[in-house]
Amino acid sequence: MIALLARDLRLAVRAGGGFGLGLAFFLIVTALVPFGVGPEGGTLARIAPGILWVGALLACLLSLDRIFALDFEDGSLDLLATAPIPLEAVVAVKSLAHWLTTGLPLVLAAPVFGLLLNLPGPGYGALVASLAVGTPALSVIGAFGAALTVGLKRGGLLLSLLVLPLYVPTLIFGAEAVRRGAGGLDFATPLMLLAAITAGALAGLPFAAAAAIRVNLR
Amino acid sequence: MPLRMDRFSAPDASLAVTGLAVARAGIAVLEGVSFALSPGQALVIRGPNGIGKTTLLRTLSGLQPPLAGRIEGAAEAVAYAGHADGLKATLTVAENLSFWAAIHGSAGIGPALAAMNLTALQGRPAGSLSAGQKRRLALARMLVSGRPVWVMDEPTVSLDAGSVALFADAVRAHLARGGAAVMATHIDLGLPGAAVLDLAPFRARPPAEGGLAGRFDNGFDEAFA
Repeated sequence: MIALLARDLRLAVRAGGGFGLGLAFFLIVTALVPFGVGPEGGTLARIAPGILWVGALLACLLSLDRIFALDFEDGSLDLLATAPIPLEAVVAVKSLAHWLTTGLPLVLAAPVFGLLLNLPGPGYGALVASLAVGTPALSVIGAFGAALTVGLKRGGLLLSLLVLPLYVPTLIFGAEAVRRGAGGLDFATPLMLLAAITAGALAGLPFAAAAAIRVNLR
Repeated sequence: MPLRMDRFSAPDASLAVTGLAVARAGIAVLEGVSFALSPGQALVIRGPNGIGKTTLLRTLSGLQPPLAGRIEGAAEAVAYAGHADGLKATLTVAENLSFWAAIHGSAGIGPALAAMNLTALQGRPAGSLSAGQKRRLALARMLVSGRPVWVMDEPTVSLDAGSVALFADAVRAHLARGGAAVMATHIDLGLPGAAVLDLAPFRARPPAEGGLAGRFDNGFDEAFA
């Protein structure tokens, strides 16, 4: 399993692996918003929590279809399915690799992007905490969507349509945590609900995704 | 221990199939397939295009459930090599092979590289290999899997005569260690005592003759019953 994680990380940083793509996308979104809504600081500060979370979510979505599609196309997924590690573990490890290459850089870079959107001072802690707690759920839910659409031609678009509604609870509680943090309020409640969504997704979805892959490999 | 040269312990290298029916895209293609394979034996599967060779091999590997019949022998004993080579273009030859060795818990890729004449290429990215070299790398993966039953789909595609001989040697050595092999191939590898199974008589018959042809796999309905 460590070998699989190491391989996926290595593939991500090699040419064409897409590492940094999500981060660059996030940067562009947050840089474009002030151009669109104008440089007025108060407006930006009010919409910053929502924009930051929507941006993170779309950045995650960008690389989802690669999780299984590439392995399916070159035949590796067949081989992984017959390998001695359970397919549920394969899904979990590949979700982890996706989070390490997409979610974690977003968490680390988010404070910088918060500056671009004039996020109020107290909001930074909430932003980093909510992204750190919430982005693993984005990766696991996304891996489930990718498992459902693996093997479909142009499955990427269908994947977005399937996955985005499932992201709604994460978005609501994530943005709420940042909004409360930015307003100087206690954000423990939305953060805990966010953690609950992540824990539930981590516990259940690898099994669902593995079942979906088995059906798609037939 | 670089490569498993000992005789295979559990899981056993035997495979027995009785009354197997398989379906491709939910439609029955073969029925009544029976054979038994004991350690040291090879089975060559023949049949015209579309008869269901690949489907049969995927079923034997546990990638899809049989429509009917029984497969005795652990799915964990089977190493599968399909049409696709399963290589990552941006990883080197050694990285590709080391990954599968780690997944299968076997140590050392040196002997497998040597057996498939890939030692000189081990630092090259797999994407820069020729089709035949990629195929050799895919077959070297069978050696590092350490599994007793090799299930291979057209393993000699794009191999030159020298590489086919290398591959035949590897299969012979595998059989001599007590392994078994099932392969769909149309060329003669000169394997001692290899049985040949022609699939033409097992084509799924129409329902009027008591066959399964045209019957859909109702696994989905059963799953939601």
